[in-house]
Amino acid sequence: MADASRPFAGLASVSVPEDTPVEGDISVPVHATSPDDDELSTLDEPVKETILRDLRAVAKKFVHVLYPKQSSELLRDWDLWGPLLLCVTLALLLQGGAAPRSGDQGGPQFAEVFIIVWFGSIVITLNSKLLGGTISFFQSLCVLGYCILPLTAAMVVCRLVLLGNLGGAGFAARLAAVAASFGWSAFASSAFLAGSQPPNRKGLAVYPVFLFYFVIGWMILTFSPAA
Amino acid sequence: HNMSAGPGRASAEPWGSFDEPVVQGGGGSAVIDMENMDDTSGSSFEDMGEMHQRMKEEEEVAAEAADADDQDGDFLGMKGFKGQLGRQVADEVWQVGKRQASRAFNLYANIDILRPYFDVEPAQVDGRLIESMIPGRMINFPQKIAGELYGPLMLVFTLVAILLHGMKTSGTVIREGTLMGTAIGTCFGYWLGVSSLIYFLAYLLNAQITLLQTLSLLGYGLFGHCAVLLVSYNVHVHLLFYTLWLLLGGLSTLRMVSALLSRTVGATPRLLLCATASALHMLFLLYLHFAYHKMVEGLLDSLEGSNLAAMQRVARDVEQVRINSTAALAM
Repeated sequence: MADASRPFAGLASVSVPEDTPVEGDISVPVHATSPDDDELSTLDEPVKETILRDLRAVAKKFVHVLYPKQSSELLRDWDLWGPLLLCVTLALLLQGGAAPRSGDQGGPQFAEVFIIVWFGSIVITLNSKLLGGTISFFQSLCVLGYCILPLTAAMVVCRLVLLGNLGGAGFAARLAAVAASFGWSAFASSAFLAGSQPPNRKGLAVYPVFLFYFVIGWMILTFSPAA
Repeated sequence: HNMSAGPGRASAEPWGSFDEPVVQGGGGSAVIDMENMDDTSGSSFEDMGEMHQRMKEEEEVAAEAADADDQDGDFLGMKGFKGQLGRQVADEVWQVGKRQASRAFNLYANIDILRPYFDVEPAQVDGRLIESMIPGRMINFPQKIAGELYGPLMLVFTLVAILLHGMKTSGTVIREGTLMGTAIGTCFGYWLGVSSLIYFLAYLLNAQITLLQTLSLLGYGLFGHCAVLLVSYNVHVHLLFYTLWLLLGGLSTLRMVSALLSRTVGATPRLLLCATASALHMLFLLYLHFAYHKMVEGLLDSLEGSNLAAMQRVARDVEQVRINSTAALAM
């Protein structure tokens, strides 16, 4: 304590920064609460607005699938809400098919449809990556999922036709609906995905996509409700 | 509470022991540390009181030692003692994150490893599909076998789709599991299992073939299967199936056999390897056709469902006729 008098002079100058952080910490919560009117902040907006904004984004992508032009909208802001929605709708519509034999479970089950859609998209995506595609994993999943939309629509048509119980004409109508929507799905998805492939390999990347939609379309066509 | 702790601690500090302002800066940072600790941990006041006491004790110790670095270390150690739970959680999160990141990285690394096997042009694939039906006649010199996986993989998936169709139209019911899983399991199981078996045999019998070439050879050999099954699941004529089985299945098997022959030396190894490969390949096609054939459904359909009503009506009619006839006889 003999040399205590010497650093006291320094302490007077240093004690200001010593106090400053404490004051700063006190004032930080005040600052954090006051500038809240930030346009980026979505914390205090109504839940309805948030949901509606997301639904609008999904609906916009549906429109892109229905009018497939070479735009990157579907690729840029990918989301998996639409695919999930379509996949669940399709699986629910395919649920409750006729059992091949009495006492067995019904036709295509929910899990089977779900697995076909997601496993198939993942395989197609990996294939396109392996062939040297430049598209990212989730972008591809997003596009393939959204392009099920025509097939889901065809499923709704098939259900309605099956309600009518039209026989041969009904089957023809279902065949036409499924064939058209299969073509639509395949065309739309290849319009979005083919751009990311090397030009000489488009055929190789598109073949599994065709197979994928063909299997789904065939499931829809062969669906018959339980009596 | 804590606000007072900072300055209180500062005032309790025997400043005389410090020589340089740098050291005091270190003390300042320690105060900030404590502030943060109080903000984030949300501990109870009892804890904080205890901590304050501990801190004071340690400060006294530190004062005695008169060593700023030591004091800093003690302070950090105390923080660790207090935030042990937090650290544990953070450690766990870090571990999980690391595992996931490494898995994702491995996936991408594997993609890069696999990429050369998918390096094909559409024309090459077409050519190889046609080649898979043309047995090579040259068996004294090793035939060229392309080491490529795109074609085989796509053929296996096509076979899965065709098998699914066959199962669905034949009304196959799988008790445990789905049709999809069974179809994928059958096709991939055959492709990978038999390829490994052939590779293992080839290794034992000293044949010049790699696992990749085996996979490619057997995979392209499935082209014949796909073609035959596509027809036989839709056109239910037995003679047609047997003809196609012998023709297309035989051709693709012969192609495999000739490729294997050309890469094996000696009569016994050749016989063993080719007999195994051709028997498995031909019998697999036969199995796929008869396991999931429409014929089964036809038999079952005639026993129940919509046909059952018709049969019942016929039986009732017959009974009526019989009753009528007995009545007529009685008269």
